[in-house]
Amino acid sequence: MKIAVLSGKGGTGKTFVATNLARSAERCVYLDCDVEEPNGHLFLNGPLLSSSKVSLPIPKVNESLCDGCKKCVDFCRFNALAFVQNRVIVFDKICHSCGGCKIVCPQDAIYEVDREIGQIESRTYKNTQVFTGKLLPGEESGTSIIHELFDKIKPEDSLVIIDAPPGSACVVMDSIKDVDYCILVAEPSIFGSHNLKMVHELVKLFNKPHAAVLNKSLGEDNPSKDYCIENNIEILADIPFSQELGKLTAEGKLVVEYNNEAKELFKDLLDKIYKEVRI
Amino acid sequence: MKQLLILSGKGGTGKTTVASSLIKLSSAKAFADCDVDAPNLHLVMAQDKEPIKKDFYGLDVARINQDKCISCDLCRQNCRFDAINVNEGYVVDNFACEGCAVCTIVCPADAIDMLPRITGNLSLYKNDHVFSTAELIMGSGNSGLLVTQVKKDLTQNTDAPLAIIDGSPGIGCPVIASISGVDMVLLVTEPTLSGFSDMERIIQTSRGFPAKIAVCINKYDLHKENSEKIEQFCEEKGISFIGKIPFDKAAVSLVNNGLTLVDKEGLSKEAIVGIYDKIMKLLYGEEKI
Repeated sequence: MKIAVLSGKGGTGKTFVATNLARSAERCVYLDCDVEEPNGHLFLNGPLLSSSKVSLPIPKVNESLCDGCKKCVDFCRFNALAFVQNRVIVFDKICHSCGGCKIVCPQDAIYEVDREIGQIESRTYKNTQVFTGKLLPGEESGTSIIHELFDKIKPEDSLVIIDAPPGSACVVMDSIKDVDYCILVAEPSIFGSHNLKMVHELVKLFNKPHAAVLNKSLGEDNPSKDYCIENNIEILADIPFSQELGKLTAEGKLVVEYNNEAKELFKDLLDKIYKEVRI
Repeated sequence: MKQLLILSGKGGTGKTTVASSLIKLSSAKAFADCDVDAPNLHLVMAQDKEPIKKDFYGLDVARINQDKCISCDLCRQNCRFDAINVNEGYVVDNFACEGCAVCTIVCPADAIDMLPRITGNLSLYKNDHVFSTAELIMGSGNSGLLVTQVKKDLTQNTDAPLAIIDGSPGIGCPVIASISGVDMVLLVTEPTLSGFSDMERIIQTSRGFPAKIAVCINKYDLHKENSEKIEQFCEEKGISFIGKIPFDKAAVSLVNNGLTLVDKEGLSKEAIVGIYDKIMKLLYGEEKI
């Protein structure tokens, strides 16, 4: 069973929910797909077992073969190639690695080399196998890292928790398209509810079964709660704002290891999710 | 025009809360929301007039003409984005297609066309100020292109001396597109291990650009020890540290009522005023604070 935790808005508590949920299971595989700012390993902080590079092929031009026809430059839809002073120049970071320039070159002057864009780190923390995708600062897109993260899942893995990036763009979609269930984490502000609406539309578009977890509730008006009720989204948990839980989390601690109420809450949440998915 | 961009790395640290407060405080005549994935600034910046709306066209998307397709499979084999599925025929997965057009050149039957596609909705508000914002259409890629357009719409429609731009979380393409060309990046962080780790990554990213970098901590008193560590880190790295905003339970209800931290007297407002003064010094002269 693959469960994605997502939110639209950043900072609502995706990683908080995903890591504590992982720790509440008997066994679990945790994928940190927030490759731009991965934080799950700060909580599930087992020793680093291995780190593998994620690379993308980028074009290089063999200048002795290039006759300056510029077909590659004209073809590239990403403007990653330019013809300057009778030479083809490649802008590595803009290149999407589609391979088109190599195909259109009549001189066979283009070959490809691997360029590192990030890593996947592997750790084990107690019951959880942790895979963290990390995009190198300065790189534009981590979608290929997310694809490789999903390759880490083995058929025998009974529970996989996916910590998705914020937003509703391509990287979020890549994080949820192969999952069985989505948990939408929302906070009680109009920012929270507006972004909840955006990811709710995304999960509906992909026909994913889903439910919400409300976090940092202040006991006052809660536009996110209202949105859930109006749209028949089941609320699996309503976690109140707590200085104590906030402090533990600020220090990189899992609340289920320190606070009994939180332990019960996450156990209950996991049970509810199991029931939901089985239906 | 001087451009100030608000970033954070980690989401939810208070970018929009700080940006909206700075806009109110400075009566900014130009501002923009570059968080096209999850834009929120418009929720606290009430506008008198309706915006001028326009569609944003991203990169084209491939479409296979079923009448011409000979099922040779070459398009699928050459697509590096796994965007071609075989069901009853060969079809393009619009979400996966990045618009590279490789399929069109490998197709021997000339069965594939590249069609324009709308990937975002731009809104430009023109009151006594100009406010440019946009929303990315769900699941679209290349949001950096849309971010660039949001900024272009702002700068082409005003000659205000200062523009305040709310950015997006992360360090990837929309963030990089937003940093390009700004004079200063204000990083809003929070005193958590995650906030700290993410701040280090956004600093690394920002340092690839000539913009000045400054840091402030939001909700600093939720963990004072961590706040001290962040302050110390900035000092060691030679980064301007320009303020600490206390946690205010009323902040959520202010935001929910379309207000900002400077609409209520108190410690939060004082902190914002202090931060604003330092921003001005950095923007108009001093190298570092």
